[in-house]
Amino acid sequence: MDSSRQLFQYILSGLSNGAIYALIGFGFAIIYNSTGIINFAQGEFVMLGGMLTVFFLTVLHLPLIPAIVLAILISTIVGISFERLAIRPLKNAKPLSLIIITIGASIFIRGAAMLIWGKDTHAMPAFSGNDPLYLAGATILPQHLWIFAVTILIIIASRIFFNYSIIGKAMRACSYNSQAASLVGINVKNMVLLSFAISSAIGSMAGIIIAPLTMTSYDVGIMLGLKGFCAVIIGGMSSGLGTVLGGLLLGLLESLGAGFISASYKDAIAFIILLLILFVRPEGLFGKKESERF
Amino acid sequence: MLRNIFKIIFVLFFSVLMAGVVFAAPPLKIGALFSVSGPASFLGEPERNTAEMMVADINKAGGIKGRKLELIVYDTQGDATKAVQAVNKLIKDDKVVAIIGPSTTGDSMAVIPVVEKAEIPMISCAAGIKITDPVKKWVFKTAQNDALAVMKLYKYLQKQKIAKVAILTVSDGFGSSGREQLKLQSKEFGMQITSDETYGPKDDDMTVQLTKIRDSQAQAIICWGTNPGPAKVARNVKQLGIKLPLFMSHGVSSKKFIELAGEGAEGIILPSGRVIVADQLPKSDPQKKALMNYVNKYKENYKVEGDHFGGHAGDAVMLLKRAIEQGAFTPAAIRDQLEKTKKFAGIGGTFSYSPQDHAGLTSEAFVLVQVKQGDWKLIK
Repeated sequence: MDSSRQLFQYILSGLSNGAIYALIGFGFAIIYNSTGIINFAQGEFVMLGGMLTVFFLTVLHLPLIPAIVLAILISTIVGISFERLAIRPLKNAKPLSLIIITIGASIFIRGAAMLIWGKDTHAMPAFSGNDPLYLAGATILPQHLWIFAVTILIIIASRIFFNYSIIGKAMRACSYNSQAASLVGINVKNMVLLSFAISSAIGSMAGIIIAPLTMTSYDVGIMLGLKGFCAVIIGGMSSGLGTVLGGLLLGLLESLGAGFISASYKDAIAFIILLLILFVRPEGLFGKKESERF
Repeated sequence: MLRNIFKIIFVLFFSVLMAGVVFAAPPLKIGALFSVSGPASFLGEPERNTAEMMVADINKAGGIKGRKLELIVYDTQGDATKAVQAVNKLIKDDKVVAIIGPSTTGDSMAVIPVVEKAEIPMISCAAGIKITDPVKKWVFKTAQNDALAVMKLYKYLQKQKIAKVAILTVSDGFGSSGREQLKLQSKEFGMQITSDETYGPKDDDMTVQLTKIRDSQAQAIICWGTNPGPAKVARNVKQLGIKLPLFMSHGVSSKKFIELAGEGAEGIILPSGRVIVADQLPKSDPQKKALMNYVNKYKENYKVEGDHFGGHAGDAVMLLKRAIEQGAFTPAAIRDQLEKTKKFAGIGGTFSYSPQDHAGLTSEAFVLVQVKQGDWKLIK
């Protein structure tokens, strides 16, 4: 009885962490799928979401909802200006140089956040209380339900957007062949800008909904960004179900590994999976084989 | 003619310069190594602030025996290599007579061979027991040993008739030193450690470890770490509905912990320096005066509450001041005077050094505090 209850708690913890990884991985996928760039500053948007919300809540004393909306808005503006100032001016740059630029940008954003808000960790109140809910002997917080709900909503919304709306389809077209896309009249530059805007908004949303659980500080973006990157690699860089399954799988393996082997290897597990997949199946567990990646 | 005028000017110029040297004794140079930036900045920053504040106060009051102090601070960034470079600079270029810091045990261990060889007294602000055990001739320290904190906690648990504990420690220097002590002293106090779990300093979720602990035989949980990890543990304990009493280390004894852990902090007991409960101490407490003075002054200068980390540097400055007041102006004389320190009531505790003991504190340096209604309460 005890061990099954334990197992159930591990699964629940794993799934809720996994949902966060999936959401962050989503941001990676959206930019990758319209530009071919892996945006390593994605983790910093997660951090910005959390830190900005805390800032609006505690310093400006705004209510929760306006604080969240403002935080997402400002993160999106940061994402847009990042694209405008650092990505767009480089004409004909190779994806690799652009990826290195995103790493530079992540260091810059982190440094700026440290100067503005200091090095302290900040707590954020939960959206709907801290009383645990009991589920067959295991427990879960209301905040976890928020995480599941937001993740599912965003996945459904993006599915609809990319598959059924004209702009979404245009963004996908750019990822397959940007030259051909521009020939049929798609403004490729605007699509790239839009992908940055969407992914920074999703990233900051992820940062906001997890902040009440994990707290936030200027440097939370590094680890979360890498975990999100793992999720999207497992999922084969898809902006659909693949990344979601990748995130959930990563979360589950982490918590089961921590539970049954040792908690010291929690992060190691994530990165061993990442390396294994890059070696053995670079197209991801759920991705289709492509003849050319870069 | 012109040459003569130059000569006169030169002579005049130098005599004025020399006169200045003779009339005002040069300031006594004190070196300081703090991890002001980097992962251990939560130690180094208040330590630098405190040391600068106290040295400025001493100088404002006219210095010590007419000699002003000059504090030279280098940032080690919590990096042992940078600490060694900085200590060499302090000794060779700046020619300091004594050194305060470094902030972390790792940095301190790295610079010890250098100061021992150069024969410069050093007062480390780090907690690791290895720094002064075995005793090194030129090395002292002000931070309370982990061993003393563990002792204080186990004594309390024994009184509460708790004999089975689960420990959850962070996998960094602070946590592993605590874990070592918790295991080492468990035999002495008849404690049985039913589960021994660790977590990473950047981990966000400790529910897995706590689930294991929940299903063990433990009567209490001891978590050993520095912010923000323990705050997450406190929240996770509440999330999992665990009813076992939760104990923590002196690594989280600041208001910040209560702020981060929120409702989860309520009822947690930990050993701590007296700083956070300075105003609740009885008047008879010998440290009360030094503590109140420090807390108020720090708040005045930096607008935040002083913590016991800053106190380690404050105690080091005061110890040096006392030694210099005895007429010790050279490194060797300062060292000898430091070793003679008896019953100095500072911020971290009441210090008594001896040739066999360069840590100077007993488990009385700690008090037990409990979080009640979002504030620290002294357990009497």
